[in-house]
Amino acid sequence: MFAACADPKAIEGLTWAACYLTSGKHLDFYWSFVTVLMLLAITAPAALAMGFAGATAARSRFLPLSLLGKAYAAIVRGVPDIVFFLFFVIALDQGIEWMKHQIVCPDWTEPVRQGLEFRVCPQAKVPLGSSSAIWHQAYGFGLAVFTFAIVFGAFAANVLYGAMSAVPRSQLETAEAYGMSQGQVFRRILVPQMWVYALPGLSNLWMILIKATPLLFLLGVKDIVYWARELGGSKTQAYEYPHPDWRLWYFLGLLVFYLLFTKVSEIVLARLSARLSHGQATAAGEAMRKVAA
Amino acid sequence: MKKLLLATALIAVSGAALAESHGQTVRLGTEGAYPPFNFINDAGEIAGFEREVGDELCARAELTCEWVTNEWDSIIPNLQSGNYDVIIAGMSITKERDEVIDFSQNYFPPAASAYVALTADADLKGTVSAQVSTIQAGYVAESGATLLEFATPDESVAAVRNGEAVAVFADKDFLAPIVAESNGELMFVGEPVQLGGGVGLGLRESDTELKDKLNAAIQSMKDDGSLNALIEKHFGPETAKF
Repeated sequence: MFAACADPKAIEGLTWAACYLTSGKHLDFYWSFVTVLMLLAITAPAALAMGFAGATAARSRFLPLSLLGKAYAAIVRGVPDIVFFLFFVIALDQGIEWMKHQIVCPDWTEPVRQGLEFRVCPQAKVPLGSSSAIWHQAYGFGLAVFTFAIVFGAFAANVLYGAMSAVPRSQLETAEAYGMSQGQVFRRILVPQMWVYALPGLSNLWMILIKATPLLFLLGVKDIVYWARELGGSKTQAYEYPHPDWRLWYFLGLLVFYLLFTKVSEIVLARLSARLSHGQATAAGEAMRKVAA
Repeated sequence: MKKLLLATALIAVSGAALAESHGQTVRLGTEGAYPPFNFINDAGEIAGFEREVGDELCARAELTCEWVTNEWDSIIPNLQSGNYDVIIAGMSITKERDEVIDFSQNYFPPAASAYVALTADADLKGTVSAQVSTIQAGYVAESGATLLEFATPDESVAAVRNGEAVAVFADKDFLAPIVAESNGELMFVGEPVQLGGGVGLGLRESDTELKDKLNAAIQSMKDDGSLNALIEKHFGPETAKF
């Protein structure tokens, strides 16, 4: 990166450390933090939306929809995450390619499954074999976001379903007495009041989601844990910056990152909880009212 | 719905046209953690012996090649599901692997595997580490020693350094630079063992056309001596050559 780094084996001390920490591989490592944060930023709202849809469906009076919502939460919550990440993603990937294959190559005569091989026509690959690496990465990332959203959405659905049932019936009855329709009661009373009940469960999910991000590597996305292991492993003279086994230091770095991140999350969630309790007909809301009075 | 289908089909067709105009792209899958065969250098790019061989083979076979890294453990399943077209990852040709995938002719001669330990009197029937799903792991399991498997080759060596395993069993060419640079901490123990039929490219069994092209390219590199020159460049003058 810098001119002084042209010959890494001739430099030492601080210059060496500065060059080492700004090598191309380390920049990839730093970028992987952005990847993880981006995954969280996209997955959390997506999972919440999935959860909201699931919980609303489960509460529906229309039986098939209600069963669908309940089955989604029950099945996905029951399957181990790692199975989901290994099996579901491959099935999804192959499913997409198979559908594209049916559209693009209707004249293809060879079977798609040949023993253990999965073989669609080259034009049906997603992304195409000729597309640049960035598309392959984006596709892998997209699959990851989708899978995380489904898995965590199921847990969120259960939390939100419980929270919706926890809103006191008297609140809803009062709204009905004012002449609100079912939709209005749902939008104006139920949803605003359920968040305070949902928050403890959702904050747990957020913490677990943060810690689940190393599963990214199972999906072929190079995350911080992959790079920490790769950079920390002992390096021979074949590398520009040979060094002994430094995995301990890299993983300590990750430990600090995760601890700081969860700590900041806790602070934000505590504030959010206080804000949501304000003026609510709950014990916490009542306590706040008494302090203010 | 019809519009959506139409749009999807249009995108797909235009994508297909683009693919044809670029010629055939072959994706090469490697591990990126097995120096000097393949590793990720400090610039973050795939480097090593196989990088140079692969690029040269693609040039000779007139293919456009893209490099991909994949965990060693799932490198064969991902070839079969079409995530890449060729495995070029220091993979020895063995009968068991040949039953599920196809191999090109070897581009690295049959090589010795060796034990490395902290002391010369290490018990090779004790706990021996190896990388998971390698011929070395299979050999250790059959040798009567307790096998300790690791996902990456580097971790299998680290296990010896921190005392988790008595010895590590791996390709001698991978271990040699590690032993040489350990300042006497690590040493070769016991006799080297000849395993496998050399290192070859792994291909899907249905990809016979690609296999023929790459076989011809490997043969031409063997014939003009450029393959031997690359072996000597990355593994030193004492390594077996063609």
